[in-house]
Amino acid sequence: MLRIPCPYCGVRDEPEFTFGGPSHVTRPAFAATDAEWADYLFNRDNPKGIHYERWGHAYGCGRWFNVARHTVTHEIVAAYRMGEQPPVIDQGQRGATPTLDFAEDREGTGKRGAPV
Amino acid sequence: MQRYSFFNLARQALHGNAGWQPAWREPDVKAGYDVVVIGGGGHGLATAYYLARNHGVRNIAVLEKGWIGGGNSGRNTQVIRSNYFYPVSSAFYDHSLKLYEGLSRELNFNVMLSQRGLIALAHSEHELEMNRRWANAIRMNRVDAEILTPTQIKQRVPIINLQGRFPIVGGFIQPRAGIARHDAVVWGYARGAGALGVDILQGCEVLGFDLAEGRVRGVKTSRGRIAADRVVMSVAGHSSVLARRAGLRLPITTMALQAMVTEPLKPVLNAVVISAAVHAYVSQSDRGEIVMGGGADVYNSYAQRGALPVMQATVGAVLELFPTFSRLRLMRQWAGMVDVTPDTTPLMGLTPIDGLYINCGWGTGGYKAIPAGGDTMAYTVMHNRPHPLIERFGLDRFARGALIDEGAAAGVAH
Repeated sequence: MLRIPCPYCGVRDEPEFTFGGPSHVTRPAFAATDAEWADYLFNRDNPKGIHYERWGHAYGCGRWFNVARHTVTHEIVAAYRMGEQPPVIDQGQRGATPTLDFAEDREGTGKRGAPV
Repeated sequence: MQRYSFFNLARQALHGNAGWQPAWREPDVKAGYDVVVIGGGGHGLATAYYLARNHGVRNIAVLEKGWIGGGNSGRNTQVIRSNYFYPVSSAFYDHSLKLYEGLSRELNFNVMLSQRGLIALAHSEHELEMNRRWANAIRMNRVDAEILTPTQIKQRVPIINLQGRFPIVGGFIQPRAGIARHDAVVWGYARGAGALGVDILQGCEVLGFDLAEGRVRGVKTSRGRIAADRVVMSVAGHSSVLARRAGLRLPITTMALQAMVTEPLKPVLNAVVISAAVHAYVSQSDRGEIVMGGGADVYNSYAQRGALPVMQATVGAVLELFPTFSRLRLMRQWAGMVDVTPDTTPLMGLTPIDGLYINCGWGTGGYKAIPAGGDTMAYTVMHNRPHPLIERFGLDRFARGALIDEGAAAGVAH
């Protein structure tokens, strides 16, 4: 099971979250051709390695954020808010070293479980 | 090829079973082939088999990164059905089911096809309405389907619990659907292809493509370069990774789909039962194990393992339908990497690169399509145009907006 670090609530279990597909997919300009539009709508990088993706904390704060996760080890190496730039992570390595502080915290403690 | 028959079985038994030969050869890699098929799963082996059998191509290689039967071909839940909604899907999958019906004889290998029927359950009046529409569409497509009342379901499956948290109000059956032993299907095709001269190269990973002037000239592999003017990609979950090596980007997301089996027990369940509402499907294998599956772990994964939340939901759903299974212990749980397309219809046919063909996007339902996938891809490679049954499954359908959305129509998730 994934343990996902919500930047707002801290580390929580996978069933609290909704997967939202890849992050940083840019909508093409209005004048885009059918092929460009189809590429935007349907084609995906689907990497075997680090995947930048969106998660929504459906049974928590309800907010969406980004996660960088390895698709083989399932290791989450970064979590960051919407609008922030993705961290640069070495794509090739399997089992990349976590850059997150996975300190446990719970609601009401006033501490953030986000990257420090 | 050594034929399998009662006579041969008896003869070998009299000689201490010392005379059996391997089911297929372990050949050396040649410098070049007429056709190279990447991926030694069911679809790849069937493609090679029908290329040799129907089109007389003898110089074929099937390149398998791991071993035969080690990927999704050995990880699926063995369900075969053709209860699809759209005529184009129905025609394809029923062609597949018909090929399955003659497959043991065709391959001289018992694939243990058991057409025990597949029952799709409805847990509300609205779902039953949709089931009626679905069953009617199937019948209009000249495929068998019958609406069942709860009493008829209980007669067919006496151990089912009609009055669970979500009571069963009806359903429909495709009587010709069922299961076949998945290992036998891949082994049968491998043996059949091998006997027709196809080189099956295990432990041979494709690392890149030799491309020149927009066409394929061969592949670079972990066992050296292999020249070929026609190359078929048939690698399921790894399709995006392999296609990128040829410069292509696909509308595919790879996820883990898990399945699990209980300890074996005596025959209690004589149909495949599927419920879209509680999201589970269940059958009993010939070895007596209860085989079950449910939804995919819906995030990108190449891990070949599923996580606890989906497993828990699947087991919970199965126990809702069959409370009597609560005493059983799970024996094994595993996952395969499924290649899901946006409209849950496969991607088959030509690519923008000449001589490079693709067969993927089967998502959670590739096993039932193995014979037809191989048959139509063989035709496509030989004629350099899609087989009539797969004309609408091409990569170009996305830009044209001609999606075939079976996701809403074809049962659990696919």
